[in-house]
Amino acid sequence: MKRREFAKKATLSSLAALIGAEIVYGSSLLEDYNPLALQDPDPFKMFNKHKEMVVLNDKPWNIEAQAHLLDDNITPNSCMFIRNNGLIPQEIDAKKWTLTIDGESVLKEKTYTLDELKSKFKQYTYQLTLECGGNGRSEFNPPAKGNQWTVGAVHCASWTGVRLKDVLEDAGIKSNAVYIGYHATDTHLSMDPTKEPISRGCPMSKALQDETLLAFKMNDEDIPVAHGYPLRLVAGGWPASVSGKWVNRISIRDKVHDGTKMTGTAYRVPCNPVAPGDKVKDEDMCIIESMPVKSLITYPKSGAIIKEGKSLNIRGHAWAGELEVGKLEYSIDFGSTWKTCSLEKPANRLAWQHFTASVDFPKKGYYEIWARATDSLGNSQPMLLPGWNPKGYLNNACHRIAVKVS
Amino acid sequence: MSNEEIFKKYIKKLYWLTTIFSSLFIVTGGLLVFYSVNPSFFNFKKETTVNTVSVEEDDYDKIENGIHVRTGLIEAEGLTAVVNNCTNCHSAKLVIQNRMNKERWNSTIRWMQETQNLWDLGKNQEIIVNYLITNYPPLEVGRRATLSNIDWYELNN
Repeated sequence: MKRREFAKKATLSSLAALIGAEIVYGSSLLEDYNPLALQDPDPFKMFNKHKEMVVLNDKPWNIEAQAHLLDDNITPNSCMFIRNNGLIPQEIDAKKWTLTIDGESVLKEKTYTLDELKSKFKQYTYQLTLECGGNGRSEFNPPAKGNQWTVGAVHCASWTGVRLKDVLEDAGIKSNAVYIGYHATDTHLSMDPTKEPISRGCPMSKALQDETLLAFKMNDEDIPVAHGYPLRLVAGGWPASVSGKWVNRISIRDKVHDGTKMTGTAYRVPCNPVAPGDKVKDEDMCIIESMPVKSLITYPKSGAIIKEGKSLNIRGHAWAGELEVGKLEYSIDFGSTWKTCSLEKPANRLAWQHFTASVDFPKKGYYEIWARATDSLGNSQPMLLPGWNPKGYLNNACHRIAVKVS
Repeated sequence: MSNEEIFKKYIKKLYWLTTIFSSLFIVTGGLLVFYSVNPSFFNFKKETTVNTVSVEEDDYDKIENGIHVRTGLIEAEGLTAVVNNCTNCHSAKLVIQNRMNKERWNSTIRWMQETQNLWDLGKNQEIIVNYLITNYPPLEVGRRATLSNIDWYELNN
């Protein structure tokens, strides 16, 4: 339906009421219902995304960055990946928005308006790394099912909100609390109102961390709709699916949350390593918690041709889930030798860290620069794909860019 | 109040009611006449259908260079079944980017039926799965693929 037709129909609707044709109009509206925003889907305009962002899926919207788009220390909205499991809520009224804390292990079910959250609790701002559990999935062999993310499903924005801890404690947490589970207002792809597209969560220990926020601002502005306006749970360092968007309810559970995409194979990997392609029973799959150590070379963009004798300044970011990155190295000879990059401390816990190096090449030719981060416990990124898993999660293999010296 | 006054009041009421009903009758009549001349004006559902179909019919299932333009799927045996059954809830992009063998597609379909409200595909299931494994077969990429599609550019550093 074109805009013009829509306007015509809207004008005619008042006439329709006069002649008793409301039902006809109503039924046709239901059948043809397709919100304007989605009819002319230019995601770059609709979501204010950089034109080089890559659309993996348009129903639901799944859009990723490329490495060179993630060069900023704090990722701007234009270069932040979008991973949606369902359809973005259509009508959001922040004035009427409420958050309910309930569940088996809440002392007293409590509901807060957004204004109450903002005024009642102290606000904090943190830079938090959110990476999709399936980032890098496209490299698994045999291929894993789902959106084929390459390297760009990660970002580190600045989030402002109140501590989830403060809100949960205000409602009261029973001693038998195990997990929290979020609920949100997005719509299941099948349009079935009884189904939730996603309802995940985390153990109480993660929920009660200082950096786990109920955020209402991203990079000092209202959170963009595609990223969870008006309220998003943000749990840095864990699969980004824990950071529920459009959150209106958080349940304090007396068991591991069993919402959509908590069970089966979703956001789980085999508890014990398996051979590529193995079948794994649901009960042998374990929930992903902290994301593994990883890094990204964000400058230069892969494919640079430089003059012989010139050194090349590279830079990028590294992160390590719950941990800190202790060391960042690069190699221009496929791992035969490694050189150390200079690495900054994180702005705060769970923020990604920035690295730089000046790279010299011995002679003309084709090179690849590989980056390898090591976390505070001594775990490094593998150069090959890490352990195969049925859903293709946790690919933290070294990132590399191509360079030609001419 | 005398009987005469009550009677007059009733007449007055009746007069107004008659006026309202006859104006409504005239308006409705007018609309009906207009409807008989231009029926599509009131029939929103039909109008939309007629418009979209007549304008876009040629383009709707257009194939260009072996690709079904609307979905991006490869034109091959089974395309219609795939378009009709696999692009209602999610985008065809999700189908195209996934590479699976017969067994894994069948189990994916079963998963969609069990959890995502996908209907019974009947004899279309075999047609669909054959289409997918023929046109989108798994690629052997090894443990780490060679960098490809490098967009070379001069960098003056």
